[in-house]
Amino acid sequence: MASENQTGTSTLQLILAWGLVGIPLAWGVLQTLQNAMKLFQ
Amino acid sequence: MALLPFLDRSHTIAKPGFSRWMVPPAALCIHLCIGQAYAFSVFNLPMTKLIGITQSSPGDWNLPELGWIFSIAIFVLGTSAAIFGRWVEEGGPRQAMFASGLCWALGFFISAFGVYVHNLWIVYLGYGIFGGIGLGLGYISPVSTLIKWFPDRPGMATGMAIMGFGGAAFIASPLSVFLMSKFSTPTHVGVAETFICLGVIYLIFMWIGAGIVRIPAPGWKPEGYVPPVVEQKLITRNDVYVYDAIKTPQFWLIWWVLCLNVTAGIGVLGQASAMSQEMFPGKVSVVAAAGFVGLLSLFNMLGRFFWASTSDYIGRKNTYFCFFALGTLLYCLVPWTGSIGSVALFVLCFVIIMSMYGGGFATVPAYLKDMFGTRYVGAIHGWLITAWSAAGVFGPVLVNYIREYQISHGVPKAQAYNVTMYIMAGLLVIGFICNLMIKAVHERYHMKSGQDANRAQMGVGAAARPAGA
Repeated sequence: MASENQTGTSTLQLILAWGLVGIPLAWGVLQTLQNAMKLFQ
Repeated sequence: MALLPFLDRSHTIAKPGFSRWMVPPAALCIHLCIGQAYAFSVFNLPMTKLIGITQSSPGDWNLPELGWIFSIAIFVLGTSAAIFGRWVEEGGPRQAMFASGLCWALGFFISAFGVYVHNLWIVYLGYGIFGGIGLGLGYISPVSTLIKWFPDRPGMATGMAIMGFGGAAFIASPLSVFLMSKFSTPTHVGVAETFICLGVIYLIFMWIGAGIVRIPAPGWKPEGYVPPVVEQKLITRNDVYVYDAIKTPQFWLIWWVLCLNVTAGIGVLGQASAMSQEMFPGKVSVVAAAGFVGLLSLFNMLGRFFWASTSDYIGRKNTYFCFFALGTLLYCLVPWTGSIGSVALFVLCFVIIMSMYGGGFATVPAYLKDMFGTRYVGAIHGWLITAWSAAGVFGPVLVNYIREYQISHGVPKAQAYNVTMYIMAGLLVIGFICNLMIKAVHERYHMKSGQDANRAQMGVGAAARPAGA
């Protein structure tokens, strides 16, 4: 759990939070696009 | 939750300086996990070979039996969102996310036990009931929080979270296949171990989201944000209590708007692979059809963000007008693309249709906020999710039964979907009319300030100072 006493959000926290969700999602989208390309081959 | 005070609503009020941009990733932590439900079908085939290993043997489960796992989960999603909606709204997002993570992970652990002892009823209880409750709680938990943090862009904010639900299968599907390949041996299918791994991963991920989430302090607004001075007819500044909202005609009109939009999309999504191969025999292979399904899922996800964000500029009602008018046109064009043999036009029609299917889900929370205010929007959204459960039955039934009827009456397979497409277009016309009938909620339904305090008891009276954006 993040500290309840913290007062500000650092850029690093933002990068970590977005990376946590963004990286797996981007990887999944890339996998799907690679498979989707077979439709046009 | 007195035992766990850090989950209370009062402990989640943001301190000054907290960035609201931390909240969408918190919401995505939940939706990227529970959206795994869309990828559950990857387990279907392996679960038919738990005894036979290489092929189904007597005593193994069959596909129709396994299909009930997903159906129960989606049904419980709708009912639990409706039943627990008010608790989610009043208790705050953290305890709802925490409970959602717990139920979702428990669902996997119980299902793993069910697979281990080969008892399907335990899997129904695990993934269907516990997982379904996790789905319902998780789906609605971040919605009103996001709307409160982004009063200037509510559509975009909820669109981001609900986009995660649409995109979760992209992660869950390859991850599940990878884990099953790691745990399977010549004498064992690794489904139970995969369920346990997924349960642990999702529990950690969802609890991280619960830890990150905050609610804005009372009176907080984004820096530089000035609420519109000119009152817009379809955007209320009042709140409507959840059980009053469901008595309004507006709620039921939006219910039908969502139900019809989803019905039109969900039936096609389930039959996309077979439809593309049957409408273009010899042109679309099995592998290409799988690619087509992936492309539809991608546009389903992207449409959630695109259309919900667009609705912030053109309005919710106009956004749904786009879905219904453009959708009707595209469904009518699909048989023509088949008759001229154009795969590219066929794909183009369906990727736009799928983007609007996803967009319908993502835009509706902001539509509810416009009509009923922000106070109980999460709980009202919970009730509205029942439209999804209903559409989950209508859509596939319509597509499957009409196709069967057509084929049994001698219609060639390539043309068996034409009538279905025209019926879908007809449903969208009805949706257009429902949307047209939506007017502002009568003021007799608006909450009074005293009523508000008595009903809500949210414990946010000791307001912290406004936090920064």
